[in-house]
Amino acid sequence: MSTDVTKAAPQVGRRRRFSQLSKRDKIVLFSMVAVPTFLHIVFVWIPTLSTIVLSFTKWDGLSPVSSIKVVGLRNYWEIFTVFEAKLFAALFNNVVLLGFLFLGPSLLGVLLAYLLDKNIRGTRIYQGIYYFPVVLSLAVVGIIWKSVMFSERQGLLNHTWSILGDRTVFGQTEPIDFVGDQGKAFSFNIPFLDSALGPSKNFLVILLAIAWRHAGYVMVMYLAGLKSVDPALREAAAIDGCNEWQAFRNVVFPAMKPINVIVLVITVIEALRTFDIVAALNAPVGMELISLQVTENILGEGGGQVGRGSAYGVVLLIMCIGFIIWYLANHYREEQL
Amino acid sequence: MSNNYQPSPSPSEVGFSLISRRQALLGAAGVAGGAALLAACGSDAKEDGAAAPGATDGAAAPAASAAKGEVTFGSNYSDEKPKAALAATMAAFTNKDVTVKVNTVDHNSYQENITTYLQNPDDVMCWFAGYRMRFFAAKGLVGDISDVWGSLGELSGGFKTASTGDDGKQYFVPLYYYPWAVHYRKSVFAEKGYAIPKTWDEFLALCEKMTADGITPLVAANDGKWPQMGMFDMINLRTNGYQFHVDLMAGKKEWTSPEVAQVFTNWETILGHQQEGANGRTWQDGANALGAKEAGMYLLGTFVASNFDPAADPKAQEIIDDLDFFPFPSINPEHGQDAVEAPIDGFMMAAKPKNADAAKALLAYLGTAAAQEAYLAVDPSSVAASSKASTAGYNALQKKSAELVGSAKYIAQFLDRDTNPEFASKVMGDAIANFLDDPSKIAEILKGVEEQKKIIFAG
Repeated sequence: MSTDVTKAAPQVGRRRRFSQLSKRDKIVLFSMVAVPTFLHIVFVWIPTLSTIVLSFTKWDGLSPVSSIKVVGLRNYWEIFTVFEAKLFAALFNNVVLLGFLFLGPSLLGVLLAYLLDKNIRGTRIYQGIYYFPVVLSLAVVGIIWKSVMFSERQGLLNHTWSILGDRTVFGQTEPIDFVGDQGKAFSFNIPFLDSALGPSKNFLVILLAIAWRHAGYVMVMYLAGLKSVDPALREAAAIDGCNEWQAFRNVVFPAMKPINVIVLVITVIEALRTFDIVAALNAPVGMELISLQVTENILGEGGGQVGRGSAYGVVLLIMCIGFIIWYLANHYREEQL
Repeated sequence: MSNNYQPSPSPSEVGFSLISRRQALLGAAGVAGGAALLAACGSDAKEDGAAAPGATDGAAAPAASAAKGEVTFGSNYSDEKPKAALAATMAAFTNKDVTVKVNTVDHNSYQENITTYLQNPDDVMCWFAGYRMRFFAAKGLVGDISDVWGSLGELSGGFKTASTGDDGKQYFVPLYYYPWAVHYRKSVFAEKGYAIPKTWDEFLALCEKMTADGITPLVAANDGKWPQMGMFDMINLRTNGYQFHVDLMAGKKEWTSPEVAQVFTNWETILGHQQEGANGRTWQDGANALGAKEAGMYLLGTFVASNFDPAADPKAQEIIDDLDFFPFPSINPEHGQDAVEAPIDGFMMAAKPKNADAAKALLAYLGTAAAQEAYLAVDPSSVAASSKASTAGYNALQKKSAELVGSAKYIAQFLDRDTNPEFASKVMGDAIANFLDDPSKIAEILKGVEEQKKIIFAG
């Protein structure tokens, strides 16, 4: 818009008539466009493009920039053929995490919100309890669950088990190694891959900890959403003879579309960016995530492989872009309708 | 990198033979002499400072001369005891013109973020000897402190070798070292009549006996994917010897070789005697199992004792007094028990310290017996690097540590200190965890290790 104005003005030469904007307005407008654009380019596009460029190079991240060597597709060849066990395990885990967040904590969050919206007694206390984990970072959540719930000696789960005495109920004679058991719950083979794919037991276990936090997050969103649904809609549904489920499914849920979109976006972002909880647990085998591969290769003493780490970053970028394209396509299609 | 690989110093180089059994016994007699020496050292430094204030430019001049102001110190001694010990060391720093500002970071994060940290480090920082130090020295990320070494007469030549970068200059000042050995509780062994196993067969028989007595023979912890590297190293050193360890770590031997396969075959014979669920267990939880007498033996560094804190738990002192260790039993008679792992911890200087004179003065101090004694008085789970440090204050375990290392023919550092850090953390950590999870897949795991090793060592 501002460009139209500035282009048009000198051409016509009758500034007063065409431009109703004062000089100050123009400066404000220009800076409103320029500052975000500048920030966007500096903090989003330059890092993104340099990641892509660096993924075709070899660099230890410490030596001068002039020591960067172009190696073509070598990094991709390495991560897809030599370090493939980690890459595919990480891709698989990210997908499992995404599916789980939708089916588990998101649905649970909707349910909790719906129940708490009924103004049951003590609803604020329940809200507080469910919301509490959200104020903790995932790294803290990981540490809490590791020491309070999962620990072999002090953990609530193993301790309760040993007090009950009979550990043989589930064929388990030793304390359960929640965080370290990298055995697969089930697995399947895919043709071009040496190792079998499947969710590790320890990964399934930390999904619980992630759900503990995410459910509260989703709950709060939907609580806000439910408050904004016009009560007349529900009354109308009730008069039309809808039962509770039908009213929710066909009337209330569609009315909360903006919230649904926000929750969808948040959940996808959460699933792709999850990193801290696994890092806080010292990244045991079985909990591979793409984000961890990026940092493991670039940072730390064992790092110094900027090229390879960037290649993992590009894989993550492609996953994100897939979602963004799908989302935008959907979004615009519905706008047009 | 691999071309520049240097093995850990041999004990004769390091001068460990100085600490013989006899000398340990004579330790008490040496206190008086030690104290006199210390006093002498202290006054030396001050006299130098007073006499030659302008001599800092000379390479061999003691750095203490122009040292004043604040020096920042990056510490990864984040656990309670080491933290207190370091504070005591700094408190005993006699140069009153220099104030030391200690920035403590959790030691796991410190190690994870070391490359980032080295872009803008403190003047003096904690680190480890061996490959891990040389790696950064070769990249020019840490400062040359060869001139400080001019005044570090108390450290024997072997420590100098361990502190020397690929270019022949010194980049490191050692504080202490600690051996890895099999820890056990004396009272359990006495009560059940167990004998210290010298050979693999005796070791296996002891494990059987413990199992029959309802004790889990071996603690197995592997949280963080490093503690079980010690088990691999020990079985490898006993099965294939020190030279093979050095060559394997340098990337010169193949992981698919029959020698490596034999290491894992041997390991498999004791897997059934280890605690289940090693991969998720912290070394501290493992130590607690040993303390509670649920498990009989624990291969770990002597820092295992630091898990028991008498200030927090009244029973801890009893456990500490009851702890003892023996060297890992021999497997191949050709190698016997000739090698031991004894990692050295110490300090480096930033490449461009803000206060170089003060930093060097501090480093010169940290290499002295006075500093090391101050440290070990608070955290007595390791042995001073300085040959002049008094052994009189040593507890039984420290004396035994010094003796164990002194009697060993070869000293290794540790898997993650003897090889390329990327290979250790990314490849070996996972490989050992995978082996513990499913030993039947070892051939496949080692094939992967070899494949990844070639990529990592190539560049």
